[in-house]
Amino acid sequence: MNKPIRTMSLFCLVLFLALMGNATYLQYFKASDLNESSLNKRVIESAFSRERGAILVGRDAIAESKPSDDKYKFQRVYNNPWMYAHVTGTFSYYSQTGIERTQNSVLSGDDSRLFVSRLVDLVNNSSPKGGTVELTLDPDAQKAAFEGLDKNPGLGSDVQGAVVAIEPSTGKILAMTSSPSFDPNKLASHDLGQVAELSQELNARDDQPLLNRAISTTLPPGSTFKLVTAAAALETGDYDADSMVPGGPSYTLPHTTTSIGNGGRACGTDKIPMTQALEQSCNTTFLALADELGQEKMLAQAEAFGFNDTSLEDLPGQAESVYPTEELEDSYLAQTGIGQYDVRATPLQMAMVVGGIVNDGVVMRPYLVDEVRSPDLDVLDKTSTEELSQAVGSDSAHELRKMMVSVVENGTAGVALIPGAEVGAKTGTAESCDECNNFAWFVSYAKKGDKEVAVAVMLQKVDLSNSEIAGGALAGPIAKSVMEAVID
Amino acid sequence: MSQQNSFLGFVHRRRRGAELFLVVLALVVGIGAYAAVGLGIDGEVPADIIGYGGWLAALTIACHIVVRLTAPYADPVLLPVVAALNGLGLAVIHRLDLAYETQGKAHQYAQQQLVWMTIGVGLFIATLVVLRDHRVLQRFTYTSGLAAIVLLLMPMLPFIGREVNGARIWINLGPIGLQPGEIAKVLLVIAFAGYLVLHRDALALAGRRLLFVDLPRGRDLGPILMMWLVSLGVLVFQRDLGSSLLFFGLFLTMLYVATERPGWLVVGVALFSAGAFFGYQAFGHVQARVNAWSDPFAAWETGSQQVGQSMFGMAWGGLLGRGLGQGRPDLISYAQSDFIMGAIGEELGLTGVIAVILLYGLIVERGLRAALVCRDGFGKLVATGLACVLALQVFVVIGGVTNLIPLTGLTTPFLSYGGSSLIANWVIIALLLRISDQARRPVPDLSQDSDEASDAETTQVVNLR
Repeated sequence: MNKPIRTMSLFCLVLFLALMGNATYLQYFKASDLNESSLNKRVIESAFSRERGAILVGRDAIAESKPSDDKYKFQRVYNNPWMYAHVTGTFSYYSQTGIERTQNSVLSGDDSRLFVSRLVDLVNNSSPKGGTVELTLDPDAQKAAFEGLDKNPGLGSDVQGAVVAIEPSTGKILAMTSSPSFDPNKLASHDLGQVAELSQELNARDDQPLLNRAISTTLPPGSTFKLVTAAAALETGDYDADSMVPGGPSYTLPHTTTSIGNGGRACGTDKIPMTQALEQSCNTTFLALADELGQEKMLAQAEAFGFNDTSLEDLPGQAESVYPTEELEDSYLAQTGIGQYDVRATPLQMAMVVGGIVNDGVVMRPYLVDEVRSPDLDVLDKTSTEELSQAVGSDSAHELRKMMVSVVENGTAGVALIPGAEVGAKTGTAESCDECNNFAWFVSYAKKGDKEVAVAVMLQKVDLSNSEIAGGALAGPIAKSVMEAVID
Repeated sequence: MSQQNSFLGFVHRRRRGAELFLVVLALVVGIGAYAAVGLGIDGEVPADIIGYGGWLAALTIACHIVVRLTAPYADPVLLPVVAALNGLGLAVIHRLDLAYETQGKAHQYAQQQLVWMTIGVGLFIATLVVLRDHRVLQRFTYTSGLAAIVLLLMPMLPFIGREVNGARIWINLGPIGLQPGEIAKVLLVIAFAGYLVLHRDALALAGRRLLFVDLPRGRDLGPILMMWLVSLGVLVFQRDLGSSLLFFGLFLTMLYVATERPGWLVVGVALFSAGAFFGYQAFGHVQARVNAWSDPFAAWETGSQQVGQSMFGMAWGGLLGRGLGQGRPDLISYAQSDFIMGAIGEELGLTGVIAVILLYGLIVERGLRAALVCRDGFGKLVATGLACVLALQVFVVIGGVTNLIPLTGLTTPFLSYGGSSLIANWVIIALLLRISDQARRPVPDLSQDSDEASDAETTQVVNLR
């Protein structure tokens, strides 16, 4: 009977190997998948009761974990919650957003860069602590942006909009706010029933307070997109700031009878210098230029600035800004020249356009996380700047800058003037449909000494009639205060 | 030389010293794990460690002494492995007790399990002391078979039978609940072995050939087939899928080993497939198990989370585990019984899981080795049956818990909380030790006066010149 017994031992061996193989698969190869499952209460609870690292702006913690005396041991606390809500996001039992989500591995202490401190924790038998994340934000600029948007009596109470400021030479995001805002503390509460209720309520609201409009909302950029059209024209080599371009009181879209005017601004009768066309935001000029340049060049220029792509890695939910890629009829193509039709941009994208122009034509990859530090605040990693693209040549960039300065000094953006600093800007007012609110845009840059900043302000909905909504008057002052906060 | 002396080639050494050493190691595992649970949860070594450790040590050492006295040639690895598993199981059950306590559901599972272990060890010792030769059991072939069927039927009786989680496999005897199926398992192995060893030639040789298989004569196969069908039918009726699977596999294995006809395996697998298909079509609870296996997370809110939670726990444990007391094994329902491997996977990691599986592998390997060297057919069959039933049980329950195969409830031998299972398994080990003692014992030397000197003389080269 020994032969069948040997066969049975082989069979048993196979059974045990299968068990060990399956356990290995489960606990090693599939472990991270399972750990990330949203149904996995155990991982959530453990993360929830860990001492999470702080999120710093300058030296101040805008998010930190404080000991609590309930079963989760630590409570996530957001200092200045409304101002930083869309950047930090929230660390709730049910989900994480913002930096809390993208930097979760560092903050929770699981990141491989924290290996040494994890090892020390293991040896000391102390519970693991999370690393600290320092952001690129400039607290003064952030405050100016937040107050300009949320605490601005001129805009009414229910304003929807966003402000982004970046440092052109590095891509550092210096300010990012979105309105309406929310209180992440309430979502991070340990009273889970209330959290679920609140998050349902916030999600149901029409004005979408959880949405980070600075990166997730795309709207027609309107006249601010004329900078891109102008850049495309300059890049052909046939134009400079003084070149004569088509002007005139109105422009009839190709193959249609629709005529678009300039709202009474001084755009001459026939040809005008390009600087004047930008100063007065002449629709006629840029409709004609877009049609003349063709879709291929317009698309290439827009994509060189970062359209049709995402570039920000530090926050979840960046929407792609859009320049249409499918072939357009000429009448639509012309409209893209003034940032209408299917052109859509996020405030961050428009700030990147300005940043590229200021930085000699080079668009830098925007980023929010400056440094990653160990729980003992040793610097573990510093984000290095990265060139995203050469959007325009240095010469064209110079011409564009000159024209933007002229827009402030002689044109529609006089409100942004800061004595003692070089300031350039472009206003925009766009409409997406007849009954909708107009959107007000304002993009600008300021340079004083070695300090530079590029700002985009977008007002999506303001409690004012459409005739009162214009980029310069409403959004301009906000941009100005942000620029002042950075360069002064 | 002794090799030349014993013409069978190899004389086993007793190795009782090695066993003692391994037993001490096993105690270190069991008591160490208990201390680690205390350290992990309360931050200090539990106050009752002396009493607990002392009792565990006393039980295990008692086993060792009895083996030394009554089965001196028995396999030296089996007892330490079992002691380690039982000790580890106790520690993990204790850990779960503490977790349930914080949730306000106080249980004394570990204490009860220690009582069961004491009874199990008592039966282990009794078996070794009373049963000096396993061949005696062959006399109880039919008695065992009958007893097994009676035991299996008991849960169906009105007053003492009890249904737990849809399976009617429990009986209440006053304050204690028993799963008679666990005990029936041992009895069935003896019954099958006793019958098969008598009829193996008839089963293998007499009969006619049909397709690939030599079908035995009905009068040879009949009784055992009846015994098997009744037990299987009872289990299916009680909705105890795990035990049904176990008994089916057991019967098939023993038939194959006894007759040495691989055709039986083919027939068995075909029958199993047909049965599984029919079961899937006919029974809602079988479908539910298969569905839960194919996607354990599909019915998370509405259905059972057991397997999914166990998988989460094991993944959370990773390679090295969270450490005893650092995980959340209490999230898995029935973590102390069927799902104890989930708890071990979470807190001791893949390392712990592999170690436990290897320990089971060792038991099975040692059992089969005893079967190989055993000199009588009955002993071979019993040892093979016991080893294979253990292997199958481990595979079915751990495979179910790790979602390798659909879940069918069974206890994890020696680890799970549960008296019947623990007692039955201790008896199984006693039987394996008895068989291996018989198998490894040197063949009684008939020439009583032979010694090395006279041997040397008989094999001396005589110079004839």
